[in-house]
Amino acid sequence: MSIWRQLTRGLRTLARRGETDAELNDEVRDYLDRTTAANVARGMSRSAAHRAARLELGNPTVTQERVRNSGWEHGVETLIVDVRYGLRRLRSNLGFTAVSAITLALGVGATTVIFSAINPILFKSLPYPRADHILAVSDVSSGPVTFGTYREILQRSRSFDALAPFKPWQPTLEGGSEPERLNGQAVGSDFFRVLGVMPARGRAFTAAEDRSGGPRVIVISDALWHRRFGGDQAIVGHTITLDDDPWLVVGIMPPSFEDVTDAGADLWMPLQYKTVFTPDDREWGHHLRLIGRERAGVTLAAARADLNQIARAPRPDLPRVPWASLANGLRVESLQDQVAGDVRPALLAVFSAVLVLLVIACVNVTNLLLARGAQRRGEFALRAALGAERGRLVRQLITESMLLSLFGGLLGILVAVAGLRAFVAVSPAGLPHVASMHLDGSALTFGLLLTTVIGLAVGVLPALHASRDDLQAGLQETSRRSVGEHHVTRRVLVVAEVALSLMLLVSAGLLLRSLQRVFAVDVGFDSSNLLTMQVQLTGPRYRQDDAKARFLDEALDAVRRVPGVTEAAFTQQLPLSGEFDVYGVHLERNSDPKDDGAALRYAVTPDYFTAMRIPLVRGRLLNAHDVAGQPRAALINQSFARSEFGADDPIGQRFRFGPDDGQWYTVVGVVGDVKQAIDALDSRKAVYITPSQWHWVDNLVSLVVRTRSASDASSMAPTVRGAIWSVDRNQPVVRVATMSTLVSTATAGRRFALVLFEVFGVAALVLAAVGIYGVLSGSVTERIREIGVRAAMGAAPTDILALILRQGMMLTAVGVALGLIGAAAATRGLVTMLFGVTRLDPPTYVGVVVLLFGVSAVACWMPAWRAARIDPSVTLRAE
Amino acid sequence: MNASRNRTRRMDQPNTDVIQGTLDLLILKTLSLQPMHGFGIARRVEDISRGVFKVNPGSLLVALQRLERQGWLDAEWRQTENARRAKFYTLTRAGRKQLDFETADWRRRANAVARLLSAEG
Repeated sequence: MSIWRQLTRGLRTLARRGETDAELNDEVRDYLDRTTAANVARGMSRSAAHRAARLELGNPTVTQERVRNSGWEHGVETLIVDVRYGLRRLRSNLGFTAVSAITLALGVGATTVIFSAINPILFKSLPYPRADHILAVSDVSSGPVTFGTYREILQRSRSFDALAPFKPWQPTLEGGSEPERLNGQAVGSDFFRVLGVMPARGRAFTAAEDRSGGPRVIVISDALWHRRFGGDQAIVGHTITLDDDPWLVVGIMPPSFEDVTDAGADLWMPLQYKTVFTPDDREWGHHLRLIGRERAGVTLAAARADLNQIARAPRPDLPRVPWASLANGLRVESLQDQVAGDVRPALLAVFSAVLVLLVIACVNVTNLLLARGAQRRGEFALRAALGAERGRLVRQLITESMLLSLFGGLLGILVAVAGLRAFVAVSPAGLPHVASMHLDGSALTFGLLLTTVIGLAVGVLPALHASRDDLQAGLQETSRRSVGEHHVTRRVLVVAEVALSLMLLVSAGLLLRSLQRVFAVDVGFDSSNLLTMQVQLTGPRYRQDDAKARFLDEALDAVRRVPGVTEAAFTQQLPLSGEFDVYGVHLERNSDPKDDGAALRYAVTPDYFTAMRIPLVRGRLLNAHDVAGQPRAALINQSFARSEFGADDPIGQRFRFGPDDGQWYTVVGVVGDVKQAIDALDSRKAVYITPSQWHWVDNLVSLVVRTRSASDASSMAPTVRGAIWSVDRNQPVVRVATMSTLVSTATAGRRFALVLFEVFGVAALVLAAVGIYGVLSGSVTERIREIGVRAAMGAAPTDILALILRQGMMLTAVGVALGLIGAAAATRGLVTMLFGVTRLDPPTYVGVVVLLFGVSAVACWMPAWRAARIDPSVTLRAE
Repeated sequence: MNASRNRTRRMDQPNTDVIQGTLDLLILKTLSLQPMHGFGIARRVEDISRGVFKVNPGSLLVALQRLERQGWLDAEWRQTENARRAKFYTLTRAGRKQLDFETADWRRRANAVARLLSAEG
């Protein structure tokens, strides 16, 4: 009741301030009159009585003030007054307001964008119930695990409620206008239980379905259901055709389901591996990922200890093959960490960069406020003289900067909306959650919180400064004393700004140099005028190797006949595509069966080398005679020749490669090194053979087509695809891209970080220049008189110019010195993103220092020039 | 303007500050006898205490406003003798309960102080 009364009283007072004031006034006057009357009654004269009454009551205005100030509504009134006054001040100085608000808007906007990008990836838990209980298990030696390892963990571990291996599965959906290759996964039957999300319609897989030779059943995503089947309810229980076979749809996942293990997955089938298998079965291949849901009460540390105990102590009833011995143990981490792991360093670096930028923006606004505070000293002095308390002045100033940061924050949210669109547009494929990025509640809260903090941060220093001044002195003169003190603070801020900008610019510079290095890398082939696409041979027709080989021949012939095509070839793995197909090598001349390492396998049609422009170093290329039944011929790359044969001639040497079927490959030639991944500093060993001389013919191959011109390469895709379809209409042709696109995709992650750093770096540079300019030009204004005296005493304009320039360059120099130390420390976080440059790369540092000095010289020049033109007679007369 | 002056005593917050609560108690007690305006309260307190307490008018008006907000007093403007308007304060039921509480509290404290002062070694 009391709070209610307080509230209603307060609101009534606020609403009818005039009336309550009049009442209070009446009450005080009544009190005064009665005291006077009482005094008269005691025999005082009328005037003496009045005087005594006044004395007793004290200053009636002060009394009224005290009564007024006792309610909470007083605080609200003060705030309203402050806000109104603050708004008037901001409006009266529009230039200042605009510059500050825009500076803050850019800072807040950029930080909010980066925050909303990073928040879901790094901090938000995965979209599953009790997501922190989902663990990912991998083999420390190989990464992916074997089915044998999964089987052993399943039998021996007590840490999991559910455990599921999975691998990618890309079936072709027929029917419709074009065959479509879908992204899917083959998963253990407990997969959905591990994630904790069950199909919204139908059911998940049963254990009985997850066995070798089990039924063809699938669960599909809500997206695929709508996209290809029009959301038809009846689809559950019906069959669809994948790879020429009928598959029964048993379930549809809910629309909200997101498969973080493969963001594009649209359908799932049971893994259906054998539980009894021999060492040469696929069950011993390292190609499965493994996730599990922790049993209640099991901690990550306990699960880790449990699995590594299992890894260390094999059991005779669960034999392991040598390559899956788990000798180096198992890695157990949360699925969240595994998903975020790859991009975390880049994102954290970008986030730190944007925070540095924000700090620079704040420093700038603080500088502006300090400069303005110096101009307003007269006003504060006057208000203090009229009885304003210091706390009141500080409060007023902080209200003003809060208003400023509020404007900045609101503008910043607009910037963030636009910025986020740009961010998503330039972000590389593979950055998780990109599609779901938007300004959500947490990002907006973050932005507003940031704004508030900034308002306080940029407001407190200038407010304390302005109110700390000797206000008496401020009334008498507005430019002489305590200006020096302002200057110290502002100079410190400028130095900080220069130092921070240098750190950002060095980071940006290092990334730029890395990217240049990446582009300068010789990929080993001519990437211009090359069109590439992937062809998948699916369905019962292509279960036989000779059928596959025939298709490849016919398709190649058809493609070669397309006008504009000069050469065409197939390869089973394409450089820069992200593929890595590696097999063990055993050289004949190393009689003892030691491990001769592994080499990339390229099963290529003989034209591949001319189509790619890969040079032959010695020997001969593959040719039409290197087919099944003939002695196996192989080309090796220069890295292979150098590391295994040194100065010896490799031609005629023999080696075994891949599964050991007792047959030898003879080296017939050496070709140039080709980068399989653009980020690899050294080329790996590589072996080239024809498809028909390998142990099997691959189902998934890439076509490389050299065209007459670069524009042909991008425009001829439909014609080339048509040529392939003229051989078989039902084979999907996917991942159509020019080789130059592949090159830029391969560098997308680094380029992405680079773009952000460049943007932040340039912004930091501009802000630093504005900061230096602001401080110097403020200093010139304040020193007009001193400069005038100097000029009057005979200082030449060039002397004055030099004086101001020197002052600005000193600040820059100190900032640069500190920034160099900071950059050397800060770039530690960038190391994983650098390529071919060290984090202390001298040219980058020199370049950035020169750039900063140049920019600050420009920023110094204008105030200095203005100072040099000061007319002594005018300034001295004005004094 | 120290903060303690603006604090109000309530039943759930027994106050250890003797001086601070006295003014409220005196106002409540005075108004329990009859409704009165500000000046009347000040005079009555002064008269009854035989001048031991002299109420500062500023503090009195602030205290009246505070007690009114607490709901312990009602205030209304009334015509007085010689046709003048004055703001009269009346004790509410809640105010009476507060007075009882504060009186008991004061007695308890006063007795304790008296016992302490009369203690012999």
